[in-house]
Amino acid sequence: MTESVLHGVVAEFITPDELVSACKKAYAAGYRRMDAYTPFPLEEVADAIGFEKTRVPLLTLAGGILGGLSGFFLQYWVHTSAYPVNVGGRPLNSWPSFVIITFEMTILFAGIAAVVGMLTLNGLPQPYHPIFNHPRFTAASRDRFFLCIEAADPKFDLEQTTHFLEATDAVDVAEVTD
Amino acid sequence: MEQAPETKASATLERLLPGQAPVLTPGHTLETITDKIVSIVLRRPVTLGWLGGFAFFFGLLNLMLFAMAYLFYRGVGIWGINIPVGWGFAIVNFVWWVGIGHAGTLISAILLLLKQGWRNSINRFAEAMTLFAVACAGVFPLIHTGRPWLAYWLFPYPNTMGVWPQFRSPLLWDVFAVSTYATISALFWFVGLIPDLATFRDTATNPVAKTIYGLLAMGWRGSARHWKRYESAYILLAGLATPLVLSVHTVVSFDFAISILPGWHTTVFPPYFVAGAIYSGFAMVLVLAIPIRRFYGVQDMMTLRHLDNAAKVMLGTGLIVAYGYTMEAFYAYYSGNAYELFMFKNRLLGPMAWSYWCLILFNILIPQVLWIRKVRLNPAMLFVTSLVILLGMWLERFVIVVTSLHRDFLPSSWGMYVATRWDYAVFAGTLGLFFSAMFLFVRLMPMITIFEMRLLLPQAKLSEEVAAHD
Amino acid sequence: MDNVQKTGIGDVCPSKKDKLELSEVRERLSEARGPQYWRTLDELAQTPEFAEMLHREFPKHASEWTDKSSRRDFMKIMGASMALAGLSACTKQPLEPIVPYVKQPNNQLLGKPLFYATAMPLGVYGTGLLVESHEGRPTKIEGNPQHPSSLGGTDVFNQASVLTMYDPDRSQVNTYLGETRSWPEVLSSLRGSIEAEKAKQGVGLRVLSGATSSPSFVAQMQQLLKTYPQVKWYQWEAVNRDNVYAGAELAFGQPLETTYDFSKAKVVLSLDADFLSSGFPGFHKYTREFSRRRRPELKEEMLRFYAVESAPTNTAAKADHRLHLKASEVEAFARALASALGVAQVGGEFKEDQKKFASALVKDLQANRGTALVLAGDAQTPATHALAHAINGALGAAGKTVSYSEPVDPFAATSKVEQLRQLTAEMNSGKVDMLVVLNTNPVYDAPADIDFLSALNKVGLRIHLGLYQDETAKYCHWHLSGTHYLEQWGDTRSFDGTVSFIQPLISPLYSGHSESELIEFLTNEDEATSYALTQRYWQSQHSGADFKSWWDRSLHDGFVAGSASPAKPVTASAKTALPAITAAASGLEIIFRRDATIFDGRFANNGWLQETPKPMNQVCWDNPVLMSVATAKRLNLKSEDEVELELNGRKVKAALWLTPGHPDDAITVTLGYGREKAGRVGSGIGFSAYKLRASNALWNAGGVRVRATGEHYGLASPQGHQMMEGRAIVRAATLEEFIKTPGFAHEMVEAPPPGLTMYQPYEYKEHKWGMAIDLNSCVGCKTCTVACQAENNIAVVGKDQVKRGRHMNWLRIDNYHEGSPENPNTYFQPVPCMQCENAPCEVVCPVTATVHSSEGLNDMVYNRCVGTRYCSNNCPYKVRRFNFLLFSDFDTPQLKFQRNPEVSVRSRGVMEKCTYCIQRITHARIDAEEENRKVRDGEVMTACQQACPAEAIVFGDLNDSGSRVSKLKASQRNYGLLEELNTRPRTTYLAAVRNPNPELES
Repeated sequence: MTESVLHGVVAEFITPDELVSACKKAYAAGYRRMDAYTPFPLEEVADAIGFEKTRVPLLTLAGGILGGLSGFFLQYWVHTSAYPVNVGGRPLNSWPSFVIITFEMTILFAGIAAVVGMLTLNGLPQPYHPIFNHPRFTAASRDRFFLCIEAADPKFDLEQTTHFLEATDAVDVAEVTD
Repeated sequence: MEQAPETKASATLERLLPGQAPVLTPGHTLETITDKIVSIVLRRPVTLGWLGGFAFFFGLLNLMLFAMAYLFYRGVGIWGINIPVGWGFAIVNFVWWVGIGHAGTLISAILLLLKQGWRNSINRFAEAMTLFAVACAGVFPLIHTGRPWLAYWLFPYPNTMGVWPQFRSPLLWDVFAVSTYATISALFWFVGLIPDLATFRDTATNPVAKTIYGLLAMGWRGSARHWKRYESAYILLAGLATPLVLSVHTVVSFDFAISILPGWHTTVFPPYFVAGAIYSGFAMVLVLAIPIRRFYGVQDMMTLRHLDNAAKVMLGTGLIVAYGYTMEAFYAYYSGNAYELFMFKNRLLGPMAWSYWCLILFNILIPQVLWIRKVRLNPAMLFVTSLVILLGMWLERFVIVVTSLHRDFLPSSWGMYVATRWDYAVFAGTLGLFFSAMFLFVRLMPMITIFEMRLLLPQAKLSEEVAAHD
Repeated sequence: MDNVQKTGIGDVCPSKKDKLELSEVRERLSEARGPQYWRTLDELAQTPEFAEMLHREFPKHASEWTDKSSRRDFMKIMGASMALAGLSACTKQPLEPIVPYVKQPNNQLLGKPLFYATAMPLGVYGTGLLVESHEGRPTKIEGNPQHPSSLGGTDVFNQASVLTMYDPDRSQVNTYLGETRSWPEVLSSLRGSIEAEKAKQGVGLRVLSGATSSPSFVAQMQQLLKTYPQVKWYQWEAVNRDNVYAGAELAFGQPLETTYDFSKAKVVLSLDADFLSSGFPGFHKYTREFSRRRRPELKEEMLRFYAVESAPTNTAAKADHRLHLKASEVEAFARALASALGVAQVGGEFKEDQKKFASALVKDLQANRGTALVLAGDAQTPATHALAHAINGALGAAGKTVSYSEPVDPFAATSKVEQLRQLTAEMNSGKVDMLVVLNTNPVYDAPADIDFLSALNKVGLRIHLGLYQDETAKYCHWHLSGTHYLEQWGDTRSFDGTVSFIQPLISPLYSGHSESELIEFLTNEDEATSYALTQRYWQSQHSGADFKSWWDRSLHDGFVAGSASPAKPVTASAKTALPAITAAASGLEIIFRRDATIFDGRFANNGWLQETPKPMNQVCWDNPVLMSVATAKRLNLKSEDEVELELNGRKVKAALWLTPGHPDDAITVTLGYGREKAGRVGSGIGFSAYKLRASNALWNAGGVRVRATGEHYGLASPQGHQMMEGRAIVRAATLEEFIKTPGFAHEMVEAPPPGLTMYQPYEYKEHKWGMAIDLNSCVGCKTCTVACQAENNIAVVGKDQVKRGRHMNWLRIDNYHEGSPENPNTYFQPVPCMQCENAPCEVVCPVTATVHSSEGLNDMVYNRCVGTRYCSNNCPYKVRRFNFLLFSDFDTPQLKFQRNPEVSVRSRGVMEKCTYCIQRITHARIDAEEENRKVRDGEVMTACQQACPAEAIVFGDLNDSGSRVSKLKASQRNYGLLEELNTRPRTTYLAAVRNPNPELES
């Protein structure tokens, strides 16, 4: 390939322990723009690389509230103003019978918000990502653990960073280009 | 089956599930788990057995399509329904399928929240089962209407006539409950699939498969940030699905409880409908799991432990259902209401008493064998018991719908109900739909959640020191 | 098929130049106008190309008729052709001036129905009617309030007759040996034979007609007999009143008509008389008076009714005390009664089990001299009738509750059976070479021992005129398509002799011709119309110059005022030797009765009547063999067993139906079923009881053998269960109890008080419609059911669907038996939609297809309904009806013409139910608004209310405290069905009150 932009340096580990301690070191060393890749969720990794908060719960709450309100007021509006008819002698605003649909709408909107929110925050779907250029990255979805310090990090310096990673228990350190 | 805690492996197991048989036979590694599950889909050749089974159920599915075509041509009069029995097989099947659809979400969501590690190996196909069951259920509300081409009038949309649905009707609650349930279950299922699809993408050799799984995986790369949000969303979904799954059958039970018909108008319905749903749901899980673990040799992942637990859940819910029946009888007597009393007498001794007594036998008496540990740990016997329970739960709905309707307030309007061949055809057809979908699923998707199985491994755990010092 | 329809068929086939094309046909028609229009068609029918076209097409439909679906297509084609040829005739008025009923707006206003007075003859007796006509299409029959034989009420036959008029299976063409002939052709080809007969003074000419009382027709016949001195005229009715007249002969030495006056009666005894069921002469009046005298508010004055009955009838169901005897035992009872009353020593002892009943009865009768009334049934022996007359005489009933007059049937002297026997004999002896059969069907309904058919075949020239190509037509050379009473002019007399005019509402739908027109031709070889003939006769009768106004007046009223036959002051001489008592039948007795819904079989092709459940056993579409429970147990048979009946070597197969209150050791069968050529509706259902019926035992015979064939024979009954299961559905008490606690109905069930609700109750400001049904008045005759069907375009679904529980009647009459199966009290309860204020059906409808109107009606919005059937499930009264399949006939054009244009015809997959005849309400509201006033009480009558001869149903505005319905609802007998459910029904019931004799109550 001609003149390719460097994405970052990637270290490969065999056990989660090794990965986590490496992450902690890297964070301690002042690296921020980095990401770890694991075949299964590992709380500690995210913490180690300093990613602690997610806004997914907030979105979900918002979705739920929106769903609940729209659910109830749709029914209320329909039966009191849009199409007010005497049905079985019940009052126009039979709120007890509106509860169920209100509840269902709450769940529906909240659920959709949670998933859509998670995907968008994760920037998915995203067909291409430089990390995939790493020759052995497919193992990341099987049994290997990766740590990638990105070139965009202010503290990034190809040589130092590579050395730094080699100093960890990495079985292999490689450069990844866009 | 006591496991001596020597190996690190069993030590972890011990930590996860104290004093229990393993949910994952020791000796597995990240590698082996992945390969084993992946190979079922990507490497295993299509067997004659699979083809035969699929062909059979696909045939049934086509029978349903034919029956439905004739139904749309002639009208619901081809069924056995009449006045007074305005609802027949269609509604019975609907309730039955929705009930079965409960196990999946229950296992994935509630057991997840309860940190029941053993769920990990069965939740995936249980969720799939849920989806297909709900799909089967969804067929009926549509086709049982007199004018199915207008069934969309049940949805609230601003139409030219300015007419709106009637939100006080339990049928409308159904529309919302079931569609919400279907949507959330689908999301839950798909979200759970994403990481595994990534695994498939990375493992598949066949370029076509690679592309398809790649597209479905949406570029998942297992980044720590992804996982963080992913986990949070997954837990939230579980949290939402839990009240939802409990609400769905509650709402379905309102179809009956809200009416004024003796035998329908009962406050005990919501809890015992839910219990019944879980009851039949787990029965269906076993009916699927037992053959699958055998034919695909995954006994080491779906261990006797799973069967045992499922059986215990059935036993428990079964007892709740039994309590429901007792309560019905008690209320009939205690209310002193002549109509209620007659309704119950009619169930016990009326022209349709056979259905009630079969129900008691299948749903209450036979399942008591589950008290015996040997039975719980014997796949064959569990399989049979589960079938019996499924049949029993179907009968329960039949008893509730038909025997309550056929003799209500005015003796002058009493009637009988006899199902026609078209009733049976449609029912058999939904079984076809359900199982052919299941057959496709096990061949195309990871039927066991790979990444969650990995969590069961000792390797997946951080050593204390790393986890500890900060 | 009708020649015009042929033209329609014509356009199906390739048009070669030598063939006649539809376009040409249409052209020729378009040239034609007015009267000669029809002649054009006729001429057309004679052109060779046309005939050729017929032959080209005929085989085609011959085959078409074999299977159901293509029959529909055929009807389509026919409909199309009718429309094309401009014979969608139903919308054209007769050419003659007919006089509208001016109480209605008499100017033809589009969308405004007009009402015309006419009369429906049933055998001898006519009923005065008003017929609703929409743009020239008669759609609905109502009673004529002014007419003494109707008083505004109708019976099932009146109501359903309009359907027969439009019946697509009616003969639509004249045929000679199956080949179509136009009317002119008929006349020209008959001329020859008539000339021949004239020469012989008509020695070989015989006329056989149904019984008639038409003055003009009788006069015509006499004229015929004058022209041909040798001609003989016979009459045959399968359901005849021979015994009635014979009985009168015995008692008075002359046949007399007996009419009753229940308004003066206090104690009534029926000796097997079925005077509260449709078809009984005077039914409308008697029912009205009877139910008025049964109002419990009369307290001690309330009429008490004893019934001695054989076959269970809805009449006896209304009785306070019943004695169930074999038909053959009734005479013995009558004799014993006569002796006990000291009327005449004619032998006869009460049996042990009759003594209690009899002694109480005797006391009661004697205690009520002058207000007592004894009726003998048409099917009872002459002796029984004679005794009844004697008893009435002795009790001073004559002139008070009973009056005698000249027979309405001018030929009462010789019995109908005798006449048929004579004719048969003559035919066998070869005396007859030309027979004209008018509107009667002896090949089907002649007694089994009179072999009419083989005799008929000996006649050289056989001419049949009738509405259908029926069994008799099949064996006649000529079939001439006849006219329905709604298509012809004429006159008839009702049970009291009142002369009523028959005005056509429409000119002959299938260009048929009336019997008078045929007779006129036979007499004078002239083609006068029935109009001319009727008018000519009355002109000759009317003295005075004001004929025109008299004529118009009479047509307008529908009858000739004061033409009732005067009462004859006669006294019964019971001394006259009665014939020796006919020994009670040995062994199992078979009882023959006319059918409650299809009479003697003449209505067999009427879907409405076929689907109307028989008043007592609720079976429709068949005539089961009725048997008591005990007897069935003895013979170990059960309902719906197929049995073979054998009587004197004659056998038939039928279905068995166990009937509470049926006398033991007897079975009842009804006539009129087992038709072979009734039409698509009526052919091949049930069995023909005529096959067992002998001329010497028309009504009952002993020694019938019943054998189970081992087969199952399913019957259709919309009401499978006739017990109340201890529920307070029909609330009833004895008069005593009622007087003690007038509010007894409310003590049976605790209903929530009106105020008991958390909701703000809705107000119904303008109107608040409601209905009250008096269970004491209802006699269960089912007229309301048929009226509702006619008014609201309710589909007929057929036996199979009824068996599946899918009948469509919006208004059903439930029967409930109470007490022992040997002698139950039976109650009738009409059940329309209750129009609940808290309607359970509305709340569960997901698409707002059933909602409440501002006037409190529970509206059903057909085009919004998606058919979930939840509403029906949640309706505790199960009054909702669902179109499980496409039940309404959207193809047959004639049936479209019959439909009420103000009621939409429901399609498949839609729920429907009683609307309180909302179209009538709307009419009244519009009229009221036009005249800027409120709707008057009684201005809106629902179809069922208007039809009811017993005034059992009252509808009106509950906001108007003065309205009849409000008054009735204020009555203490008033209660709501299942009111404990708090549905707040707008339709409520007045509890039933029986008036038993305290002596017999214990």
